Amino acid sequence: MEKSNVVLHVADVHKRFGGLHALADIDLQVEEGKTHAIIGPNGAGKSTLLNVIIGKLAPTSGQVVFDGTVLTGRKPYQINQLGIARVFQTPEIFADLSVLHNVMIPALAKRDGMFTLNMLRALDSETGIRAEAEHMLEDVGMLGRREMLAGSLSRGDKRRMELAMCLIQHPRLLLLDEPTAGMSRHDTNTTIELLKKIKSRGMTKVIIEHDMHVVFSLADKISVLAQGRIIADGSPDEVRGNPKVQEAYLGGAH
Amino acid sequence: MTTFMSRKDLFLLLGFTIVVLAMPIWLAPFGAGYPDLLQRFMIFGIFAVGFNILFGLTGYLSFGHAAFFGVGSYAAVWSFKLLTLDAIPAMIFAVVISGLFALVIGFLCLRRSGIYFSILTLAFAQMSYNLAYSVLTPITNGETGLQLTLADPRVLDAAMGQTFVGQPVPTLFGQQLGGYAGFYFCAGFLILAFFIAQRIAGSPFGMMLKAIKSNQTRMQFTGFNTRPYALSAFVISGMYAGLAGALLAVTDPLAGAERMQWTASGEVVLMTILGGVGTLVGPVIGAWIIKYFENILSALNDNILARFWSFLPDGVSDVVVKITSKFVGDGWHLTLGLAFVIVVIFLPGGIMEGVRRLAALFRRSGSSSPKTSARTQPAE
Ligand SMILES: Nc1ncnc2c1ncn2[C@@H]1O[C@H](COP(=O)(O)OP(=O)(O)O)[C@@H](O)[C@H]1O
Ligand SMILES: [Mg+2]
Repeated sequence: MEKSNVVLHVADVHKRFGGLHALADIDLQVEEGKTHAIIGPNGAGKSTLLNVIIGKLAPTSGQVVFDGTVLTGRKPYQINQLGIARVFQTPEIFADLSVLHNVMIPALAKRDGMFTLNMLRALDSETGIRAEAEHMLEDVGMLGRREMLAGSLSRGDKRRMELAMCLIQHPRLLLLDEPTAGMSRHDTNTTIELLKKIKSRGMTKVIIEHDMHVVFSLADKISVLAQGRIIADGSPDEVRGNPKVQEAYLGGAH
Repeated sequence: MTTFMSRKDLFLLLGFTIVVLAMPIWLAPFGAGYPDLLQRFMIFGIFAVGFNILFGLTGYLSFGHAAFFGVGSYAAVWSFKLLTLDAIPAMIFAVVISGLFALVIGFLCLRRSGIYFSILTLAFAQMSYNLAYSVLTPITNGETGLQLTLADPRVLDAAMGQTFVGQPVPTLFGQQLGGYAGFYFCAGFLILAFFIAQRIAGSPFGMMLKAIKSNQTRMQFTGFNTRPYALSAFVISGMYAGLAGALLAVTDPLAGAERMQWTASGEVVLMTILGGVGTLVGPVIGAWIIKYFENILSALNDNILARFWSFLPDGVSDVVVKITSKFVGDGWHLTLGLAFVIVVIFLPGGIMEGVRRLAALFRRSGSSSPKTSARTQPAE
């Protein structure tokens, strides 16, 4: 494996919350086009790691590099404009707007950049963006709900819509924080199918997931996080066979 | 035309225009069909429409917008004094100055959000108010207020060789702007202001403002720098306030600092909430209702009340007069407060929510279509 394939490099990152060492000496390399899963028990620091990557939190030390650009110190919107989108553990959506508008907004961000004063143009004339959003909603199976208020969707639908909001930007790197958490069996399965579908599109993904079926069916590479440290990483098979992982995480779960 | 404006928006604008222009007729039976009050309906309607762009669309509650109103008034009067008595340059000057002022204040206040933003705007507005009475007296003429005099230079008028006899008054192309002329002048601006607000609300930019109100965090992780959006909304609403203030100066060319006081800032908040936050028509209706009742109730006094309650037995009528007198005259704010509390408790979406509920009631009884699922709420 060559270095040049690495698109995201989390280099020696530490994050402290007061006395809590939430991330300790994290070094993570994600290869272009691969799906990289991060697993670990609750409170291991998985979400914190994603927060550091997208600029929601500043690391105490260390830095994150994306395709040669240092992300650390940049604003979340700048990081997004570089091509990184995220699905949150609890959906971050525009609850007061329609599903269609929720998906059109990120498409406009992609097209028009971080600020445009286009206040005399009619939204109704954005037929291209609208068609794109409708197409995206069809992909995630939500076209029929496009006029609904996003806040009134079921939890599973909110997550799928959020996924559509990220995918419509065609990000180079997609971060997914427990995309199936709290979903019904049925919703989980449709989401996995959807994720498999995107897997074939060649987008780089970092996914945090509890469901081992999801992880082993999607991931090319797995890193195991426990108490803020990466205790193992490798291919799914390597990780499955690792005794340290068995002990720290999989042992209890299986 | 379809992409320029949707049919629905066009009908709304048309309906609004008709209602506004016909106000002298349909308000006459309510005792409100006289120019002085009608002008104020227009002026405060503009103020509220603009305020709603910041508060209703973007979700930032400013408690200091009267400052921009006041600045607009001062700027307009200065234009009358220094340049010309014609109203158009005064309006342009006022909108530009209040926009610049809003740019500075907005830049500072928008470093915070929520209650801290509100407090900052309140602090800046009170500062402006106090400055107008102290350090800035050369500009504001302090407590006396800024007014027109015969000795004003009016360089443009002088260059055109125009001279005035008697007290100078604002004009439009040489015509005096008193009475109904003043009303139609203001009405034109209200309709224009409404049209622009409609365009903004229906634009991609307007959708971004609504998205900021809904979830600012998601906006940032979606690639939007939310600060310039909020600042634009702040400046636009500041310019609306300045326009309203300038119109008040056109109809009554005397600018005083009390226009900038926090009660005036609070009033526009009440207008917006009473009418319906985030709707286009609501704030205008809120402004009209508040100005109407201010006018009616503050004119009442004990004598009028005594005559009104005279059908009651002597002892009882005295008591009733005593109680009701607290709610009229200078005490009309008490009535306003009460009405406000009632609306907010029973109709949190303001009068427009009442209208929507009524419409829904009619629709349900009219047709039995089970269309009760959560559909997107159209922005009126
Ligand atoms: N903003 C924060 N402030 C303080 N402590 C935090 C913050 N975010 C997370 N933590 C703590 O850091 C640890 C890791 O949290 P998190 O990254 O959410 O875990 P995971 O996603 O792996 O379940 C937890 O102990 C959590 O309480
Ligand atoms: Mg988590």
